[in-house]
Amino acid sequence: MEYFADRDRLSRGEATVLDRVNGSLTRINEHQDLNAFLHVDSEGSRQRAAESDERFASGLPRPLEGMTLAVKDNISVVGQPMTCASAILKGFRPVYTATSVERLLDAGAIVLGKTNLDEFAMGSSNETSAFGPVLHPIDPLRVPGGSSGGSAVAVAADLCDVALGSETGGSVRQPAAFCGIYGLKPTYGRISRYGLTAFASSLDQIGVFSKTVADMRAVFDVVSGHDPFDSTSVVPPSPRQRTDGPLRIGILPPETLAPCDDSIRRAHDDVVEQFRRSGATIEVVTIPHADIWIPTYFILATAEASSNLARFDGIRYGLRVPEDEAEGDIITASRTAGFGKEVKRRIMLGTYVLSSGSYDAYYRKAQKARRLIADAYTSIYESVDFVVMPTTPTTAFLRGGITDPVTMWLSDYFTVSANIAGIPALSVPVGHDAQGLPIGMQIQGPMFSEELIFDLAERMAAQQ
Amino acid sequence: MLELYEAVIGLEVHAQLLTSSKAFCSCPTEYGAEPNVNVCPICLGHPGALPVLNERVVEFAVRMGLATNCSIRERSGFSRKNYFYPDLPKGYQISQYEDPICYGGYVEIEVENDVRRIGITRIHMEEDSGKSVHDLDIDTLVDLNRSGVPLIEIVSEPDIRTAREASLYLQQVRQILVYLDICNGNLEEGSMRCDANVSVRRKGATAFGTKTEVKNLNSFRNVEKAIEFEIQRQVSLLEAGGTVVQETRMWDAGAGETKIMRTKEGAADYRYFPEPDLGDVVIDDEWKESIRLSLPELGLAKKRRFMAEYGLPAYDAGILADDSEVAAFYEATVVATRDTTHETCKLVSNWIMTDILRIMGDRKVGINETGISAVQLASLVSAVRSGAISSKVAKDIFPDLVGSGRLADDIIAERGLRQESDTTVLKGLVAEVLANNPDNLEKYRNGKTNLLGFFVGQVLKASGGTANPGVVTALMKEALDGTGS
Repeated sequence: MEYFADRDRLSRGEATVLDRVNGSLTRINEHQDLNAFLHVDSEGSRQRAAESDERFASGLPRPLEGMTLAVKDNISVVGQPMTCASAILKGFRPVYTATSVERLLDAGAIVLGKTNLDEFAMGSSNETSAFGPVLHPIDPLRVPGGSSGGSAVAVAADLCDVALGSETGGSVRQPAAFCGIYGLKPTYGRISRYGLTAFASSLDQIGVFSKTVADMRAVFDVVSGHDPFDSTSVVPPSPRQRTDGPLRIGILPPETLAPCDDSIRRAHDDVVEQFRRSGATIEVVTIPHADIWIPTYFILATAEASSNLARFDGIRYGLRVPEDEAEGDIITASRTAGFGKEVKRRIMLGTYVLSSGSYDAYYRKAQKARRLIADAYTSIYESVDFVVMPTTPTTAFLRGGITDPVTMWLSDYFTVSANIAGIPALSVPVGHDAQGLPIGMQIQGPMFSEELIFDLAERMAAQQ
Repeated sequence: MLELYEAVIGLEVHAQLLTSSKAFCSCPTEYGAEPNVNVCPICLGHPGALPVLNERVVEFAVRMGLATNCSIRERSGFSRKNYFYPDLPKGYQISQYEDPICYGGYVEIEVENDVRRIGITRIHMEEDSGKSVHDLDIDTLVDLNRSGVPLIEIVSEPDIRTAREASLYLQQVRQILVYLDICNGNLEEGSMRCDANVSVRRKGATAFGTKTEVKNLNSFRNVEKAIEFEIQRQVSLLEAGGTVVQETRMWDAGAGETKIMRTKEGAADYRYFPEPDLGDVVIDDEWKESIRLSLPELGLAKKRRFMAEYGLPAYDAGILADDSEVAAFYEATVVATRDTTHETCKLVSNWIMTDILRIMGDRKVGINETGISAVQLASLVSAVRSGAISSKVAKDIFPDLVGSGRLADDIIAERGLRQESDTTVLKGLVAEVLANNPDNLEKYRNGKTNLLGFFVGQVLKASGGTANPGVVTALMKEALDGTGS
């Protein structure tokens, strides 16, 4: 579904928000097998739809009036449960609404429901959800990507206009690429994290899924901006302007692209060729330390996760194993029962890298590596406007196809560096492989360059 | 054997800051509210909630740092101290670790007639945990009103050598905190908490002995007793050929001894790492200097000034300057007497240290709630100093001043208590008394000169208590011996 494709008709009264919402609710119902939604708020959505129709009728619609929105179930929305796809939060109902959702609601959007994810956003395939995997909309035997798989599928399968996801190492861009839609990871700090259940605070960002750049841009305009409730949210210094002269595109050297499937590699070369033909200069850039992107990311992310997930202790909310049933204390018993395998794996890894004997060898080193990667990006953007690279090394893989956790982590190969450096990146759908599975290319830009990335993505769309 | 050893002591003092809202959210910090009412998603550790630093916390920490001669770090940051406990909602405490906001200062204490400098290693900001209530028959209950209340931790260098010094240091730190109006300094309520690191070594040794950490020191008395006990315990251990084990011990005030809580092996690995949800704390020079300029005169400086300016003994000056309100009351009283002779200054001090501090102690009130103002006290002191009334009469009418708002002169006039110093009137009374006591006069003349007191007493009695005893004594002596004094 594309919101702005329908907006004029809604304005003219030729279509109603209620019809669109009812259509969505019907499709959600028909596609329950996809397991994209963990909670659907039919009643509330219809109510808000009626209000939106009144606003259209009165001629005073808000910027996103009646836009249908799905929200990843690790983002707080009052009135709907929040599980983070974990047994430990079963039955939890948040008492406040995330700033990003609040802003969308204020702009007239309608939250249809909460979408499935890898447990606590830890996964790349949506197989770690405590409530079952999300299926790929084209091939049910394949994964939709993760961790924001439910949100990606909700948009890809036309269950809603747009969806919020969250990224720590590629959790929006990777499923967007697998599902053939747009997926944005903004500059760190541009969208408030208040209300996003933290996985790795210094890497986490709320991201957006859409079918069009226009919808993406409109949502981003509404949700971005400083939030006094998030000390890490930023005010962009000033809108970034396009540099003079022809567009300068940076691409990765062949050895860095080596892990890619042939189909991905061909799609990449086609996109680059298109840029070249349209007058852009192409420059091979080296983002150093490609071999340590993943280790750096996993050290930082798991360290922070081990601390962020400590609050789930069965004391104040969520699952509690009662004292008389607990072997040992309530906290240990509740966490043992409530967390899934991948979450436990990452908590243990994170606990290890922060422990007094390992801190210097792992965590401190990873912090240094992070600075190197960020600095490298800064200098790269002195010579190019954007860096274009595949979003993923492969297209959507088979469910259960990757059982080794490290191999699974490697599917984030192209995405983690943007999170480590804090720069924005957009995954753009660019075609399909031989099996008809979508391929995504990502455009990475310097800090605060979202608007320019959208411009470029629009030009790419126009050329296709 | 004790005299062969010296103790090495460092104190860690936690002080709850008197901000109106918590360190990272806007919940009130008031003490004594119903359990779990001053809470919000942030201090409850709800998923997705984020901390935002209260600027006041930084200001208060800087105040304490400047008042204790610390350097202030231009850029510092927070870290997470990770551990599990039911009253710790996030599973970590936001604290400062590698770069505390203040470092390298000192506090002066006066021991006997010596001034000792106790180094301050660091002062850092952190948040308090909630409170677990165990002493109920049912389950343990958790109250999170205190969760997120701001604290500063003041860590001393191991410069303290005796239990007495430790107590004096703690009193000095408390006095500074209260003077700065950043902590109410109440050890019993736990708004100030103290842990002591104690080790002993042979006198003359330079290496430190193995230390133990003693917790639960909730009064100055307990600080002294616990450290005293711990020193003795460690010396006895060493003398018996044993070794001190690094461990955390709990002071049991009832039993009068420290008891083992946990050993080093049982100590948690807190896995500190930089708090990613908060930015750096940056303090520019302008702000720092404006805070420095706003610092009040502190207790020790005030004490020294009182000694120099008012000629007070160290003891008086120390007591008066210990409480800034008492000190202010004292100075206001001296000003109101319009008399800065050392005699008057000392007399004002006497009144405050006895009668007024007694009321404060009895009623558990501050000096401004005793019911007697500086102007009233000054009127009483002036009446004594001018000779209008005797000290005894002053004591008698003091209770009439309290709560009435009346001045001493007013009461003296109303009750005709003005002291009679007129020599003509008094000479008449002297003559009368001598005439009425011929026997005693005879005895006096025969050498029983201690009857002087008897004669003076008779005159005072005859005057109805208003005769100025000094003048009467002089006149009586003159009458008896034919001399003036």
